[in-house]
Amino acid sequence: MNKKQTFKAFNPENIETKNEAYITHRVENNKIVESLEEAIKATGLKDGMTISFHHHFRNGDHTVNLVLDTLNKMGYKDLYLASSSLNVCHEPIISHIKSGLITQIDTSGLRGPLADAISHGIMDKPVIFRSHGGRAAAIESGVIVIDVAFLGVPSCDPLGNANGYSRDDERANDVICGSLGYAKSDAEYAKNTIILSNHIVPYPNTPFGIPESQVDYIVEVDDIGDPSGIMSGATRFTTNPKELLIAEKAATVIINSGFFINGFSIQFGSGGASLAVAQFLKPAMIERKYKARFALGGISASVVELHEEGLIEKLLDVQSFDLKAANSLKNNRFHQQISASYYASPLNLGAAVNQLDIVVLSALEVDINFNVNVLTGADGIIRGAIGGHQDTAAGARLAVVVVPLLRGRIPCVVDKVNTLVTPGKSVDVVVTDYGIAVNPARKKIIKIMEENHIKIMDLKELYNIAVTMTGIPKAIAYTDKVVGNVTYRDGTLIDKIYQVKD
Amino acid sequence: MEVTKQSVSGTLESSDIMITIEKSTIGNQIELNSTVEKQFGDSIRKTINTTLREFEINNAKVGAIDKGALDCIIIARLKAAIYHSVSDEDKQSEVFKA
Repeated sequence: MNKKQTFKAFNPENIETKNEAYITHRVENNKIVESLEEAIKATGLKDGMTISFHHHFRNGDHTVNLVLDTLNKMGYKDLYLASSSLNVCHEPIISHIKSGLITQIDTSGLRGPLADAISHGIMDKPVIFRSHGGRAAAIESGVIVIDVAFLGVPSCDPLGNANGYSRDDERANDVICGSLGYAKSDAEYAKNTIILSNHIVPYPNTPFGIPESQVDYIVEVDDIGDPSGIMSGATRFTTNPKELLIAEKAATVIINSGFFINGFSIQFGSGGASLAVAQFLKPAMIERKYKARFALGGISASVVELHEEGLIEKLLDVQSFDLKAANSLKNNRFHQQISASYYASPLNLGAAVNQLDIVVLSALEVDINFNVNVLTGADGIIRGAIGGHQDTAAGARLAVVVVPLLRGRIPCVVDKVNTLVTPGKSVDVVVTDYGIAVNPARKKIIKIMEENHIKIMDLKELYNIAVTMTGIPKAIAYTDKVVGNVTYRDGTLIDKIYQVKD
Repeated sequence: MEVTKQSVSGTLESSDIMITIEKSTIGNQIELNSTVEKQFGDSIRKTINTTLREFEINNAKVGAIDKGALDCIIIARLKAAIYHSVSDEDKQSEVFKA
């Protein structure tokens, strides 16, 4: 019911916008502050608080290191680092852990020297791993309270309309990242949002990924990231015959799954085999005159090509994987930027993952119970990211995991995954170069595969083939120290990662 | 069989192993550098030792840089290295004809 309204008498003196003082103020007033230090001071950041970052600059990111160096110089301690993910380029965080600047990390993944150091027990508190949807939900529900979000962006106007590209200022496209999906949730919920940009463009910077209403301070910096580390020109289709074989088998499964109908929706996870599935679906789509209604997720060149050929009507983009995808977001009307919450939050029943028919996902390991590990390598060391794996597997009607039976001498179909990330209950089909396995709980899929004369194997059978060739690997030695808590997308603890013993 | 000269076999490609064999004066020595040391290091050393014994080689220094090769590949590369390191007379041996 509406509130009962009472009215005061109108007074023209109250129209402040026409006062001389206000006009001067408006011209001068923008959110740009002189330095990062000044912006940090203005937020009131204190020891023990939570800072956040996005990972749209992937391995070309310079923002995290720049901000942490600055915070270190300012004497901060005991900060909680919540980044949507961290990469090889974030090695300097090791020194910030040693100095006490960073005491806990919350991320989708870890790679490179930082991951190695954490696996060897450098931190007292375990890293918390979350899926992209899980992170969005944690932010929305106040499990993660972001005190200051530091968001690097390729373009921003003086009031804070920020984007991963610019439609009218080509200078800003030198360092382009496309979608700002993961940053959007941070900007929306953070108590303070500082934008760091190397290109301040005239107001209004439309279209924008982050609206000015969510931005408190803007800092102009010379360098936000290295374009060559952020994205390649176009993710090329793999030429690896093993990956192509897996992709072709996966396409056969999809085409014959019953979910391949006119108007279907699909997501291709990162990884050579996964991305190559598109090229094997295309002829069947043309032949049957099928169009996909939408493609979701990390968007790459192959999906953009299908979109531009009219085979996929709409693209929902939480993260643009290559230059072609970023430019498509800039130029194509039906290529839409979406937030992490819109993409995959379990608190959001309308999340795009729940509208998804088919997802193709990569894996480091799959076990005989269809459980998937995308976080730790065969040596027990952290070397991956949960990403949207758990979210899309749970949401999609058909979750296909593509994985080679062996990587070198390492069996990728194992008896028990090293680290449980995506539970087998949400995985429908596993496709390897040696055969296809369907989750026994999916009776309908098994039946339709049999009707279409697609040979199905037991994952135990595939495991046996693998270890016959490789031998049984020696078990990894761990200490008792927990270095990582792996959460499921609903915020529950699904597994722990222990320190490796050398 | 006697190792008389140094020889190399294999590559540094993924799933391959590069094996160098040369004469030793203090019995068989194996120097292994493997990307899968943690999981398969012991197994690889055992495979190399067994193969050396099969050829009755007792004084060889074997250097192996392994990029995740399967056992069958390790044995094949080692056999090739042995073949090129032994005398012409030994090359006629039955073990190389199998």
